[in-house]
Amino acid sequence: MNAITMTSMQRTLTALGHQEADRVPLFLLTTLHGAKELNLSIEDYFSRFENVVEGQIRLRQKYRSDCLYPFFYASIETEAWGADTLFLPDGPPLCGAPIIRKAEDIDRLESPSVPDCAGLAKVLKTIGALKAQVGDTVPIIGVAISPFSLPVMQMGFHSYIELLYEQPQRFERLMALNEAFTVSWANAQLAAGATAICYFDPVSSPTNIPRDLYLRTGQQVAKRTIAQIKGPTATHMASGRCLSILPDVAQSGTAVVGVSALEDLGQVKRAAQARVSLLGNLNGIEMRRWTPGQAEHEVKRAIAKAGRGGGFILGDNHGEIPWQVPDQVLLAIADAVDRWGRYPLNWIDEWVRTHGP
Amino acid sequence: MKQLIEQFQQSLAALDRVKADALFQEALATMAPIQAVEQLVVPSLEHIGAAWHRGDLALSQVYMSGRFCEALVDGALPPSDPDRKHQPRSAIVVLSDYHDLGKRIVYSIMRASGFELFDYGRMDVDQLVERAIADQLRVLMISVLILPSALKVKQVCSRLKERGVDVKVVVGGAPFLFDAQLWQDVGADAMGSSASEAVAIVERLMGAMQ
Repeated sequence: MNAITMTSMQRTLTALGHQEADRVPLFLLTTLHGAKELNLSIEDYFSRFENVVEGQIRLRQKYRSDCLYPFFYASIETEAWGADTLFLPDGPPLCGAPIIRKAEDIDRLESPSVPDCAGLAKVLKTIGALKAQVGDTVPIIGVAISPFSLPVMQMGFHSYIELLYEQPQRFERLMALNEAFTVSWANAQLAAGATAICYFDPVSSPTNIPRDLYLRTGQQVAKRTIAQIKGPTATHMASGRCLSILPDVAQSGTAVVGVSALEDLGQVKRAAQARVSLLGNLNGIEMRRWTPGQAEHEVKRAIAKAGRGGGFILGDNHGEIPWQVPDQVLLAIADAVDRWGRYPLNWIDEWVRTHGP
Repeated sequence: MKQLIEQFQQSLAALDRVKADALFQEALATMAPIQAVEQLVVPSLEHIGAAWHRGDLALSQVYMSGRFCEALVDGALPPSDPDRKHQPRSAIVVLSDYHDLGKRIVYSIMRASGFELFDYGRMDVDQLVERAIADQLRVLMISVLILPSALKVKQVCSRLKERGVDVKVVVGGAPFLFDAQLWQDVGADAMGSSASEAVAIVERLMGAMQ
């Protein structure tokens, strides 16, 4: 099998089937870098879907990623709920003022209609245009913020923590509204041509809430939501830890879990026990100052810890490469995967002797 | 005292406000408010912050513990109480981005530890530099969530230095946790890896200033 060069789709599906493909798949989740490619500001870049289509195609050609990532920015979802987006010149667009200013606002809130939101329509057009270009040869990864994590943007993190602990009925109402929206949004992306949905759920991470609270809240929301999404999902904690709840996350029905740079990838791989595949865990913050040699070392480290037996996709730990990461690092990552990611990964034994498991 | 501290920590981690209040009142029965703060609240919050940094407690528990303790300490040691620590002149701010949970937690924990400090809310570089100078700050705590904001700390530090201001800049937030070298790259004087570390850092800086 590994002597054959696979398409990105074959490579990814083989890895997700916990088999060894021709090489480790690379999901280099670049979004903002598309603006650099087109020499546009970030705001202008995201103003037209054609820009993002062109940006994603160019980025994949340049960095040889095994997926297309038509993610615009997280607050494109809260735009549907009436929020504004604040564009930065050098970073991800941010959500403006919360749409839920006091908990009582939840009583009057209504779930928006996906087709009625211009921002979401741009994303769907992007997915459709990419699908027309690549067909079934390259996975197209859509994004939906989990209903459980969306309130961080809807009402602010501190207000949401207080709601979680102190107002269970309003929390449940908000989850019902958000679940309807997320399911509709995720399924619209799948219908437009997305292969899978990245379900961003950082609030569920044990970095942010304790496991017992997760089991009563975030996991229940994930189980209900993922069951209604008509395609595979990858759960991403966006840099948050996952190890201590990995079996619980697997029970939600997800196929892939994103791993934080704060955790040992080898330990997470052992805990996964082939129940879920892993995506990670290159440190996107440090990446901006890596030399090509460091990039190669980090790629080898990740592959050595999690590559064997499939069930692993190499990526960053957050789900988005920061704007500040230079070309030479991203190219060095691509080169290193090409050189060291080819199965059967016989070099790992020697690496482990030198660097440990 | 050790047993009281352990029970207090457990009640905070379990978000048992009633028990935490009872234990704090127990401490107040035998010691002055500022002693109860320093001997019970501060070590308990330090423990909770360290447990979060190790991955043993969650941010929601740190936030709620800070809120509980801030309310308890405000009751026993109001802002006007002469035992409150008004020195060094300190402020906390969210620089450039709009994510303020970290700032709220540090502010609560500083106040729960007996400190009084300015809460600047969210500011951009220019506004922050002018305000820090006007307030004659000695310690400026900067909280950020996203990398572009963390990198802007460099402008704040260099602008303050250009103006000859003797203020120590302490940074905290996710980018600094993921890149242990970043706080030095941006010219900060210290980095807190958890909210309660801010207290220890400010106390250390205060000692060095005297």
